[in-house]
Amino acid sequence: MKIAIASGKGGTGKTTLSTNLSAFLAEQGKVVLTDLDVEEPNSGLFVNGTLQHAEDKFKMIPEWEQEKCTLCGICQEVCNYHAVIKMADQIMIFPELCHSCYACSELCPEEALPMIPQKMGELKQFNVNNLFFVESRLKIGEEQAVPLIKQTLQYVDAQFPKEIIKIYDSPPGTSCPVIEATKDADFVILITEPTPFGLHDLSLAVETMRELKKSFGVVINRYGIGNDDVLAYCEKEKVPVLAKIPNDRKIAELYSRGELIYRKVPEVKQQLDHIWKYIETTAGGRQ
Amino acid sequence: MKIAFTAKGTDWDAPMDARFGRAEYLLVYDEDTKTFAQFDNRAIKDAAHGAGPQTAQNLFEMHPDVLITGNGPGGNAATVLEKAGIKIYIGAGDKTIKEAYTAYQNNQLKEF
Repeated sequence: MKIAIASGKGGTGKTTLSTNLSAFLAEQGKVVLTDLDVEEPNSGLFVNGTLQHAEDKFKMIPEWEQEKCTLCGICQEVCNYHAVIKMADQIMIFPELCHSCYACSELCPEEALPMIPQKMGELKQFNVNNLFFVESRLKIGEEQAVPLIKQTLQYVDAQFPKEIIKIYDSPPGTSCPVIEATKDADFVILITEPTPFGLHDLSLAVETMRELKKSFGVVINRYGIGNDDVLAYCEKEKVPVLAKIPNDRKIAELYSRGELIYRKVPEVKQQLDHIWKYIETTAGGRQ
Repeated sequence: MKIAFTAKGTDWDAPMDARFGRAEYLLVYDEDTKTFAQFDNRAIKDAAHGAGPQTAQNLFEMHPDVLITGNGPGGNAATVLEKAGIKIYIGAGDKTIKEAYTAYQNNQLKEF
């Protein structure tokens, strides 16, 4: 069972919901929480586990071997991402632009561009009782999140059996990293806030999930601020609203101290229960 | 000397394009022959990434000595232009080509 927690707008509560829902479900069985927001992972702030495993993650980048090169320029022509540039008598490679497609390397008639691994980030796994927490962190300066997200998903699939509940804290937005983070999910929770900005980005996220043919529902966070347009939108679009988390100073205080909310605010625990019951009935739950 | 401009048109009265990587045209004025060479760079708008180095490479093929632009190139493009030994002057993004050229001649532009 894979549940991805996404949003359009950033800062609407993906991490709050991911960490609280994971810890809540871990009270009854094993749960894997994975932070896929590799550009700025922050679920770890709320999970105080013991480090179990750490590994570097690599992507493949061409390396120019000057002595073999005849400066034919094929590498530059076949690169769709302008990551390989022929400048006078040398070949320049921009690793951050490279998508590791191997075209330049494979099509080089002189084999002057072998692919070599380059570190793009690191993955860590922490355990707290029934909760397994995996996070990946992209190296500063790296532009592409997708390769690291993909490798992180592969790690989780390889390490944990299918029947364990897996929760994925996704990146914000609706572009490639979000697609990668949600495309294998059995259910996607879109969390939003009841403001015009929240609604605008929620509608983009809803369109994205429809395009991906995902089963999904909405959670409204900070309910009570803004207006009722998000509710009206969900009703009109027939998108189920799974829960409303109230706008409450106490919640903000707990969050700011890195604490889990549901343990201290019974209403939030109730809302988490609603969410889980919904997912269990529509998407199969714990198998 | 050959002077390059990032431009939104192809003559002296055309406005400069403040952007480097996604500049619409690259214009190179040859001070010896008093003629312009031009490169239509508009296809770059379809590139999601890597506009900077690609434009720098397009510019390199025109062999200018100096580049006059607006905001200045980003990191990747600057690396290419540095390798190419092209001197860069910035801050001419809101001028016409002619005004930018005059400002350059009067040392009014900032070196990148």
